[in-house]
Amino acid sequence: MPISINPQMMREIIMDHYNNPLNKKVPENISEYKKIRMDSDSCIDDITIYLKIVNDKIVDACFDGIACTISTASTDILCELVKDKSTKDALYIVEQYKNMIYEKEFDESALDELIVFINTHKQAARIKCATLGSTGIESIIDGKDDK
Amino acid sequence: MFDVNEIRKDFPMLDGSKHSFNGKPMIYLDNAATTFKPYSVIEASNQYYKNESVNAHRGDYDIAYQVDKKVDEVREKIAKFFNAKKIEIVFTSGCSMSMNLVAFGYGFKYLKSDDEILLTEAEHASNVLPWFKVSELTGAKIRYIPLTKEGRLTPENLKKVMNEKVKVVSVAQVTNVLGFKNDIKALAKIAHEYGAILVCDAAQSAPHMKIDVKDLDCDFMCLSAHKMCGPTGIGVLYGKFDLLKITEPFMTGGGDNARFDMCGNVAYLEPPAKFEAGTMNLAGIYGFGAAIDYLEKIGMDNIEKYEGELHEYAISKLSTIKDLIIYNPTADSGIITLNYKGVFAQDEASYLNSHGICVRSGEHCAKLLKDILKVPATVRVSFYFYNTKEEIDALYEALKDGGNYLDAYFD
Repeated sequence: MPISINPQMMREIIMDHYNNPLNKKVPENISEYKKIRMDSDSCIDDITIYLKIVNDKIVDACFDGIACTISTASTDILCELVKDKSTKDALYIVEQYKNMIYEKEFDESALDELIVFINTHKQAARIKCATLGSTGIESIIDGKDDK
Repeated sequence: MFDVNEIRKDFPMLDGSKHSFNGKPMIYLDNAATTFKPYSVIEASNQYYKNESVNAHRGDYDIAYQVDKKVDEVREKIAKFFNAKKIEIVFTSGCSMSMNLVAFGYGFKYLKSDDEILLTEAEHASNVLPWFKVSELTGAKIRYIPLTKEGRLTPENLKKVMNEKVKVVSVAQVTNVLGFKNDIKALAKIAHEYGAILVCDAAQSAPHMKIDVKDLDCDFMCLSAHKMCGPTGIGVLYGKFDLLKITEPFMTGGGDNARFDMCGNVAYLEPPAKFEAGTMNLAGIYGFGAAIDYLEKIGMDNIEKYEGELHEYAISKLSTIKDLIIYNPTADSGIITLNYKGVFAQDEASYLNSHGICVRSGEHCAKLLKDILKVPATVRVSFYFYNTKEEIDALYEALKDGGNYLDAYFD
């Protein structure tokens, strides 16, 4: 954990993105978006992720649905981070994030606020929650689209 | 004499040294999902694998005969346990398979497009989705018997929607989210007055109370062994023999027919054998037999009484927590459905996990129960006869701070 961020701050960041998510909405011009419904088979989270990709650039990212604190906050932060990035850069963020969740080496500089999920491995049952958004974003970039 | 501390010694999963959290033994309160197995059940299943591991049906040697005899004995034991006849007890893989067997073997065979199937919004998926399929295949319509404001099914409400088109009424004896007990006997009587059959989903009732199928007069009854101290992968369909005779086997193959030829002529065996194609879960049957013995030794009446006490104790304690919402304080079973104000159910369940308490968060699909619970998800706490008041005290202590659920994520 970086010295600059303590558990209390991490807690506040998670709660803030859960209670006031910046990117939780159904997009207006929905036809311009690719979407994927992530209803987990092992928990009760059920969110749909929307990405608007133009020329390999993620122009907009948002999500909607019902999910727990960890899913909601992590997806919200991820949406914020991948916006205005190339799909390649977005995949890099997703990869580093997953590395962190699965306790592998990761590039902290790519993760920004996502660092608050560094403790996820301590509660194995939450790994699915913490990776619901990243798995969805990855799948859309890989070409999946639930039309 | 019911002594929970003695009973707990029968269960390896309750050996506190095995699963502990911060030095405290795990507290298992997800018994509506599945239950722990006593040593005697595990030993019985092992007996099959270790000493009698051959196939049933027409063995020409001694051990095979032993296996046939054992399967027959367990069938008899289960029949007695529910006051049924041995020929009315069909072994299945569990309650879901039993429900599917009724839906496809009876519903799909006999229902027509004008017919109606009556369910309630409190049913488990296993008692809804098979009927959706039957409806899709036959054109029969699914309707829901209205529940009371509290979420109960009453005979009066069944009467209101009953008509000559209804051919099947399929309901749980104890509902899996709200834990209310339905008066199956009264419901069956009403169904029969209109010529419909009554299918009883006993998954959440059979483990906790005495059931007499003749007294209830239900036409089919479905249950799983694993929710009543038995092994997974084994369950029972009870059916009145005359109904079983006209029910189609929806799975066919070896062991369920007397003879067949290549022109498609098949002579199926009589029930229950005609429904038991393929090699059954024999170790499961051995274990199920031991589970019935175990429950009988403790006594179903004692179990029901003790669980009632646990429930009353839990409600009296939990209802003092200001921000805890209990949706079914008057439940007739050991099921308590709750939420902590402002906390998503799954977050609360994860928080309890960090206190070594196993419960389940569940989602309620758009229609089912929406009007009663008014929330998309809840936490379910469910007891069995091996739970203790001390465990409820620990649940209470954890839920008192239930609003600080992110502690689980940082501590």
